[in-house]
Amino acid sequence: MTPTWIRAIASGLAVVLLAAATAAEDLRDLHFGEALYEAYQEHWFESLERLDAEIAQHYRVDEPQLDSLYAHIGSAEFDVGDFELRYRMHHRAGRAIRAVLEADVAEPIRNEAAFRLARIHFQKDQPHEAMHALERIHGEIPDEIRDDIEFLRANVYMALGRPADAVKVLDDLQGDGELEGFSAYNLGIALLQAGRERDAVTQLDRAGQVSSGDPATLAIRDKSNLVLGTLLFEASAFGPSQSALDRVRLEGPFSNQALLRAGWADASAQNFERALVPWSILAEREPTDAAAQEARLALPYAYSKLDVHGRAALLYGRAVEAFGAQLEKIDASLDSIQEGEFLEALVREEIRQDKDWVIRLRSLPEAPETYYLMSLMASHDFQTALQNYLDLEDMRKKLVAWQRSFDAFDDLVELRRRYYEPLLPGVDREFRRLDARMRLRLEQRKHLARRLEHLLIAPRPEHLATADEQRFSAALDGIEARLAESSGADDAELQQRVRHLRGALRWSLETQYHERLTEAHRHLHELNQDVEALDAQYVAFVRTRQAATHSYAHYEAPIENLRARVTQAQERLEIAMKRQGHVLESVAKQELKLRRDRLEAYQNEARFAFADSYDRAAKAQAAK
Amino acid sequence: MQGENAESPPVTALDLNTMPTWRARLARVLALALLLAAAGSPGGAEEVGKEEMRSLDEQVQEIKSDVLGIAAELGQLEEKLLYPSNTQVAVFVSLAEGETFRLDSVQVHIDGEPVAHHIYSFKELEALQKGGVQRIYTGNVATGEHRLDVAIAGKKGGSDVSAKQDWSFRKEAEPKLVGITLAGDGSRIELGSW
Repeated sequence: MTPTWIRAIASGLAVVLLAAATAAEDLRDLHFGEALYEAYQEHWFESLERLDAEIAQHYRVDEPQLDSLYAHIGSAEFDVGDFELRYRMHHRAGRAIRAVLEADVAEPIRNEAAFRLARIHFQKDQPHEAMHALERIHGEIPDEIRDDIEFLRANVYMALGRPADAVKVLDDLQGDGELEGFSAYNLGIALLQAGRERDAVTQLDRAGQVSSGDPATLAIRDKSNLVLGTLLFEASAFGPSQSALDRVRLEGPFSNQALLRAGWADASAQNFERALVPWSILAEREPTDAAAQEARLALPYAYSKLDVHGRAALLYGRAVEAFGAQLEKIDASLDSIQEGEFLEALVREEIRQDKDWVIRLRSLPEAPETYYLMSLMASHDFQTALQNYLDLEDMRKKLVAWQRSFDAFDDLVELRRRYYEPLLPGVDREFRRLDARMRLRLEQRKHLARRLEHLLIAPRPEHLATADEQRFSAALDGIEARLAESSGADDAELQQRVRHLRGALRWSLETQYHERLTEAHRHLHELNQDVEALDAQYVAFVRTRQAATHSYAHYEAPIENLRARVTQAQERLEIAMKRQGHVLESVAKQELKLRRDRLEAYQNEARFAFADSYDRAAKAQAAK
Repeated sequence: MQGENAESPPVTALDLNTMPTWRARLARVLALALLLAAAGSPGGAEEVGKEEMRSLDEQVQEIKSDVLGIAAELGQLEEKLLYPSNTQVAVFVSLAEGETFRLDSVQVHIDGEPVAHHIYSFKELEALQKGGVQRIYTGNVATGEHRLDVAIAGKKGGSDVSAKQDWSFRKEAEPKLVGITLAGDGSRIELGSW
C-alpha cells in the first residue's frame, strides 16, 4: 500500500497542476470558468457536472473550432481527469487520461498524460502499472512537470522495493525548490531501505534542517527529525537523537511523538531530570492522544527514578484517574458506535462546514462517539472509508432533493398544460387565417418583383401607367371603338383628336418610364422592409407557439425515466452506505478496542506503580 | 514493574530490558511502526479486509458515475423546462487577473428588478481570484432590449470600495450569457467579451 504521506504529496501535486494548467490561459469559455470556480472550492461533483456537460456540448457542435471551449479543450480534458481523481473516481480518471494518451496529440501533451496516468496508478497502489506509464514518457517534457515526474518515479521505485533506484533518482532532485523537503526526506528513507543506514542518518539530518515557510515542508521537516531521532535513539546515540528531536516544532503534527521520544532519549541516558521537561509538557496535552497518555505514565516514572517518590505517587494516582476517565470515554464511544450514533455524527452538516471539523468533533461534549476520531483519521483506510461515506451522504441528499423536484416538475408541466391547451386551438385558428392572408400578399409581392425584373429586360411603359392614365387609356379605347362604328361628318376630326390624346399619353409613359421604374423599385424595396418585419414577427410567433407546446409537452417520459433512475440509484446507494458505514464502525471499534487494551494496561501499571511509590515515599518519610 | 526497573544498572546502550516493561513493549512497536509508515507499510486497522474495502470503493465509484450521469440529464431537463433558450439569460462574475481586493458582495438588477445578491465567503473569493467564474444568476427575459445594473461592495487595504455600472443588452432567440469582470481594485465593472 502507498503510504499516506506519499499520497498526500501526490494529491497536492494534482492541485498545483490544476492551477498551473488553467490559470495561465485567458479564459474564453464561461462554462469552463464556472467548472473551475467549483473545482477551486473543491466541489468536485459540481465541477465535474459542469465540465462534463460543456465538453459533451463541444463535441456535439458542427464546427468545434468556432466553439468557445475550443481554446481550452486540451486543459479541459486533463482537468476532467484531475477532478475525477480528486473525487476519487480513479477508474474514470484513468479512462479520461488514457483517451488523451491514445489520441494523436503533441509529445509534451502525451508525456503529461502518461505522467498523470502513472500518478493515478500509484495512488491506486498499482506501482507496476505506474512504472509502465512512466516508461511511456520520452522526448519533450513540459518544464513544469519535469521534477514531478522524477519525484513520482522515485516513489514508484520505493513502492516496488527498488530503493537503490529511488536513491539515484532522488539524488538528482536534491535542491529542487518546490519539492525540497519531500525529496530530501524520501532520499533518507530510500537510503534506509537500501540498507545504507549511515548515509540515511546524514541525509535525514540534512532533511531535518531544510528552511521553508511552507506548512507542508515544515511538517515533513519535523517528520525527518522524528525519524532521525528515533533511528539514533535505537542506535543508542542519545545525545544526537535528542538534538534531532529538539528540532521538531513544539506545535505541529509530530510534536507529541517527538516530545515523548525526547523524554525517552533522556531517560535512556539516565538523565531523568531532563526527561521531566518534555514529558511534563506532553502530559498536559490532549488526553485522547496516545503519546500524551504514555507521558502520564512516563512522567511519574522519571520522578521515581529521581527518588521523588511522593511526587511520583501523586502523579501515578492522577494517571490512574485520567486513564479511568479515558476508558469511560472509550466505552461511551463504543456504546455510541453500537447505537449507530457514530455515523450520524460524522455527517453533521454544521460540523463539516468547518475546515477543522475533525478537531471540533472531539471537543463536543455530547458526542462521545467522536472523541477518538483524530487518532482514527491517522489510518488511510479509515480516511478513505470516511471520505467515501461522506461522498455517499452528499449524493444521498442530492438524490432526495431531485426526487422531490420531480413532483414539482410534474406540477409545473400540468399547470402549463391546463393554461395553454384551451388557448392554443383558438390561437392556431387565428394564426392559420393570418397565415393564409400573409401568404397571399407575399405571393403578390413576388409576382410584382418578377414583373419589375422583366421590365428591366423588355421595357413595357404601359405597365407603369398610373390608375388615372389607365382609365384615360380605357376611355380612349371606348371612343375609338364607337368612332369605328359611326359614320358622322366630324369623325375624322375626332379620330385625329383621339390619336393626339393617345400620343400625349404615350409621350408621358415613354418619357417618364425610367423615373417610374426607379420609383417602382423604391416602393418594392420599402415593401421588402415591411415583409422582413412581418417575417420576423412570423418567426417570433412560430417560436413562441412552439415554446408554448414545448413548455408542457413530451416531459412525461424523460421525467419518469429520471425518476426511476434516481430511485434505483437511491437503492444502490443505501446498500453501499450501509456497507461503508459498517466498515467505518468496524475500523473504529477495532481501533478503540486496541486503545482500550493499552489504556487498561497503563492503568494497571499505574496502580502498581502508585502503590510502590507510595510505599517508598512512606519509608523515606519514616527514615527522616 | 517499577520495583525491578528501579534497581536497573545505568543505561549505556539502548537496552529495552532496562526500561519499564510497558515502555519496552511499546518502544519496539512504536519505533518500528514509525519507520514502516514512512517506508510504505499498511497502517491502520487492516483486519476489515482489503478486498472488502476495494470492492466497496469500486461500488462507490460506480454510484458516483451513475449519479453524475443523472445530474447531467437532469440539468438538461431543468434548463429546457425552467430556462428555455428563447428566454434564458445568465449572468457570470469574474475578477480581472491579479485583482486582490476583498469582494464582499455583488448585486444584480435586470430592468430595475433585483435578481441576485451574493455575499462572498473566503473560499468563493479565493476561487474567483484563481480565475474561476461564478454563475450568479440564471433566469428568463423576453426577446428584446433590457437593462442590466451591477453594484459591488468590498474592501481594499482596510478602506471600503464600491462601484456601480449599467448596460443595455439585447436578448435574441438563443440563450444570453452576460459576463461581468471586476477590475481596478473594485472600482471598475466591465462587461466581459464573451
